[in-house]
Amino acid sequence: MLSSESLIQIDREVAKYPPNNKQSAVMSALRIAQIEKGWLAPETIEFVATYLEIPAIAAWEVATFYNMYELKPVGKYKLTVCTNLPCSLMGAQSVVEYLQDKLGIGFNETTSDGKFTLKMSECMGSCGEGPLLTINNHKMRVQLTPAKIDEILAGLE
Amino acid sequence: MANEVIFHSIHLPESWKLENYLKTGGYDALKKVIAEKIPAEEIIAQVKTSALRGRGGAGFPTGLKWSFMPRQFPGDKYVVCNTDEGEPGTFKDKDIVRFNPHQLIEGMIIAGYTLGATAGYNYIHGEIFECYERFEAALDEARAANLLGKNILGSGWDFDIHAHHGYGAYVCGEETALLESIEGKKGQPRFKPPFPASFGLYGKPTTINNTETLASIPYIVKHGGQKFLELGKPNNGGTKIFSVSGHVNKPGNYEIGMGTPFKDLLEMAGGVRDGHKLKAVIPGGSSVPVVPAEIMMDLTMDYDSIAKAGSMLGAGSVIVMDETVCMVKALERLSYFYFEESCGQCTPCREGTGWLYRVVQRIEHGEGRQEDLDLLDSVAGNIMGRTICALGDAAAMPVQGMLKHYRDEFEYHSKHKKCMVSGV
Repeated sequence: MLSSESLIQIDREVAKYPPNNKQSAVMSALRIAQIEKGWLAPETIEFVATYLEIPAIAAWEVATFYNMYELKPVGKYKLTVCTNLPCSLMGAQSVVEYLQDKLGIGFNETTSDGKFTLKMSECMGSCGEGPLLTINNHKMRVQLTPAKIDEILAGLE
Repeated sequence: MANEVIFHSIHLPESWKLENYLKTGGYDALKKVIAEKIPAEEIIAQVKTSALRGRGGAGFPTGLKWSFMPRQFPGDKYVVCNTDEGEPGTFKDKDIVRFNPHQLIEGMIIAGYTLGATAGYNYIHGEIFECYERFEAALDEARAANLLGKNILGSGWDFDIHAHHGYGAYVCGEETALLESIEGKKGQPRFKPPFPASFGLYGKPTTINNTETLASIPYIVKHGGQKFLELGKPNNGGTKIFSVSGHVNKPGNYEIGMGTPFKDLLEMAGGVRDGHKLKAVIPGGSSVPVVPAEIMMDLTMDYDSIAKAGSMLGAGSVIVMDETVCMVKALERLSYFYFEESCGQCTPCREGTGWLYRVVQRIEHGEGRQEDLDLLDSVAGNIMGRTICALGDAAAMPVQGMLKHYRDEFEYHSKHKKCMVSGV
């Protein structure tokens, strides 16, 4: 169900915790699975649970509780913009409008070519560099301006 | 800047690398502890003398917290670092992890030694994943240099640290929710007591400290608690990193002595953005009551001064707002945040945060009713103190602060169906 590369990465996470506490690795395991698959399908979540020898419900609880897991397919690039108060004071609203205009989609929508999904998020703990966004959860781009957004989008093939 | 405890080296190229940390005296404190076999009681006494208070927001004295740990208790014990920094306005721990990870690691190792811990975990906010990767790389460097892992520096003592990432849940910044999350569960806070010192991670004795708190430890061990204390003021020891965001010319982190006047901090951050004037400040992250400009300009940045003004220093997260800000709109965004992030465990928070948000939203959108302000007071008051963790209080306090100082803006919105600030 998951590639051997992903399983090696999951094993590395399991080793961080005391024996008999494999469940501790479920957050990383779901993250690794999501990177490989793009999103978490029910069978992916259940595979992770089986692999970690925990009940399926335990993996489901985590997958549904934390916001960065995707339970439905998203575009090749998920752009997540922080819209919380500090980022809003620093121009997040115009970033959102620019992106929505340029991509022709609203929040939680995907472009028709399947390339971009736009999401809003709560605080990413980087307010000093707002407005900002993440690309597929793990790459942050800060101090956004229209020119910088154009550059970012052009760099995503 | 002079007297920096944590940011002293971050302006150097690749400050996060072990070789560069070592050049600035890095790991000297750990080497001293190991070589001189400093007793745990003495380290705790120094931390008490330093008047270091928890930098995550609560301001609890660190030395006292450490003294609660039953270090002689047989079996596994843990030190956990809380880098789950998701309080709007807070971004100091991110810069510690990405620019000075080894000072945090050194602090965690000394904490582990002092508290008799068998392992440490650093829980890092999911959205700053690049910092998680950098921290893991720093751990590898420390292990390779025998500063971490088996038989540390030939002492016969084993201690390892691992990184654990969040994945988008503000509530995990609450220490028991964080422990649940490390155990691989939903981040729902535990009822206390028992406190983590007796029943923590995997049910074992655990001490949880904030990133900045732990990164201050090497300085205290190296220079003594008294010297750290003198960097701040009595009962508010040391320097503190203030995160300044919002309407300033130079947003960013500033490490200054506790008790520095707010107006000096504002000046360091480049002042209010050009052509505008200060309206209000949220001095300790989005969860604390707002303070109007005229009060704020006379305050010093320390726990006691901000508390006297009816707010809290929190994590030192200063959100600056100029005269263009509509307080109703600002509160609408914050109330949405708490509604979105409530874990759903306690009824007053789960239902109350949504209720607060819906009422503020209708006031903002010109559908406010006469009785809405009293209703907000009542809902906020009924959440306060009635939940397992502080998220409920954190949702209520901004509402109470806004109504206390800016009631006229809310009344104007309700009565005239438009904004007092923008006129539309």
